[in-house]
Amino acid sequence: MSLQVENLRVHYQTLDGRVKALDGATFSIEDGEIMGLAGESGCGKTTLGTSLIRLAPPMTYIEGKVVLDNTELPVWDDRAMRKFRYSEISVIPQYAMSAMNPTRKIGKMTAELLKARGIRYSDVEHEFKQRLELVGLSDDVLGMYPIELSGGMKQRAVMVLSTLLNPSLLVADEITSALDVSSQRAVAEMLTEFRDRGWVKSVIFITHDVSVLAQIADSIMIMYAGKLAEKAPTGSVISAPKHPYSKLLIESLPEMGVRHAERELAGIPGKPPGLLHPPEGCRFRDRCPIAFERCHEQPPFAEVAANHMSACWRAEEV
Amino acid sequence: MLTLDSVSKVYSVGTFGSGRLRAVRDVSFTVEPGQIVSLIGESGSGKSTIGKMILGLLRPTDGTIDFKGTSVGTLRRRDLKEYYRGVQGVFQDPFSAYNPVFKADRIFAMIKEQYFPEVTAEQWRAKIHDALEAVGLDSASVLDKYPHQMSGGQLQRLLVARALLLDIDFLVADEITSMLDASTRIDVLNMLADLTEHNLSVLFITHDLNLGYYISDRTVILYRGAIVEMGDTARIFDNPLHPYTKMLMASVPRLDSMWAARDEVSAEAMQDAQLHTGGCVYYGRCPIGSHDLGCHEKHPALVEAEDDHLVACYAVERDLPLSWPSTNPVSVG
Repeated sequence: MSLQVENLRVHYQTLDGRVKALDGATFSIEDGEIMGLAGESGCGKTTLGTSLIRLAPPMTYIEGKVVLDNTELPVWDDRAMRKFRYSEISVIPQYAMSAMNPTRKIGKMTAELLKARGIRYSDVEHEFKQRLELVGLSDDVLGMYPIELSGGMKQRAVMVLSTLLNPSLLVADEITSALDVSSQRAVAEMLTEFRDRGWVKSVIFITHDVSVLAQIADSIMIMYAGKLAEKAPTGSVISAPKHPYSKLLIESLPEMGVRHAERELAGIPGKPPGLLHPPEGCRFRDRCPIAFERCHEQPPFAEVAANHMSACWRAEEV
Repeated sequence: MLTLDSVSKVYSVGTFGSGRLRAVRDVSFTVEPGQIVSLIGESGSGKSTIGKMILGLLRPTDGTIDFKGTSVGTLRRRDLKEYYRGVQGVFQDPFSAYNPVFKADRIFAMIKEQYFPEVTAEQWRAKIHDALEAVGLDSASVLDKYPHQMSGGQLQRLLVARALLLDIDFLVADEITSMLDASTRIDVLNMLADLTEHNLSVLFITHDLNLGYYISDRTVILYRGAIVEMGDTARIFDNPLHPYTKMLMASVPRLDSMWAARDEVSAEAMQDAQLHTGGCVYYGRCPIGSHDLGCHEKHPALVEAEDDHLVACYAVERDLPLSWPSTNPVSVG
């Protein structure tokens, strides 16, 4: 088992108090699994991904345990995490492709980045070039400035760079979101290729776009207001969700073949609760069509069917 | 109602403005009352430039834009104010459209000051109430609030309500849902569709084919500033003809069918266009283009492939049944 997370709780310290952005997450990822992590903005999906790699203020570690390949990660200790970062667990942050140094050529930027990690560029140069070629980028890009590359090309270069040391876990945050559909498909399919070649063992693919997950993820985990709502193999989440939030979310997606004039889709009324003082019990309660008395008590994130986790008292009825 | 006739826009680029970038090439289409037309294209296709020209924010380099008999490109500042009574735009980012220091409903007060100084406070409140109702907002939950107290969907709908206060006939909606969450996005789309029942026309600019299909009556597909395919939405989506449109359809992520099961998208098609000047705009990426067809010489004109379905491609044109007047470019409108 590649990654195990137990009751991870990470809050944001603000002047008004603690924002409970990630409030107790327990899940695991198998070797070779690409897990999609989806949810609305502000649901804590990026907080979860980031806390696995760099838990820096204002993020505050409250409790929880993270085990990667049988080694417990000291996620609360920024310094101690250094030896795991990039080599064992790597991240492609949101907007990474726009964060490239505009005054450095790609090759020089890579060399500087590797040097900061204590790696000689010449040692990995051959491998780096081979991998760039595999994603359709020629050696020429090393001599180019970021502005000379298109969004898709930059994103592919970033992907190769962040997986160069064959990390065990890659956290990819919204890597397809700013791309055109054709590049989106290329980048997403490349991720499965990286996994198949063993360049990354497993992946957490964070996105708000469930239809991209339907294409490449092995499993999908849905978050709502800082809590895990559901985790199951991709097919089960899409065709037989066991949490009312996932169900409504998937039903609200416009798809090819659905037109307003023929079938009007519906959104989810209301909005998520503030996480500074979240209500007791299930946080989806106020927007949930099947909520009842017991929802004032937080339902456990439990296995409701084989390999299918859900945090809902009425999971069977969804 | 709105007619674009051979509209082009050329930007000056480079350090001394000596370079030329043709952002929009010879674009012609019309929008009828109560219609939603989606303008679909990838980044750099010129879709936002077209929206800005319709809003009078940019002047076309060539061609004319006609709105109910007024030529938009030549409007002076004073005339523009009147023009905006009928035509308004809403853009991508609702969060940065508001001044965070003021309450969000200040945008209504600004409209009153500029356009309706004679309306009494009583009448104005009623008007706001109607506009909010039309966009599906409850006045208690949005009036007298600061922008940060509302969701993106609410802010976006508030901007549409602001446009409706002016009794507009035409709305340019440029990527208005791309920053919204799935659960609120669909409400904004449904609202647009409902507004067309009151004869509002919408130019729905998007890069998301699913959204375009869901909401629009007609579709215009742009590639590097030129229209490659346009017509009735269902016809284009059920029977895409241009190789670019086909590639887009094969790339859209869907819940019900896998990429792997669809057409292979060649690596060349995903690369950025080799800059090929002159000839068909898609020639650099096109899997079926060839010298024999003349793709390298001149950009093909739009021809009617079936009723209300136009495509600009020499290869498609060649394969059309003879009964279609395939050699004569068809005028649009």
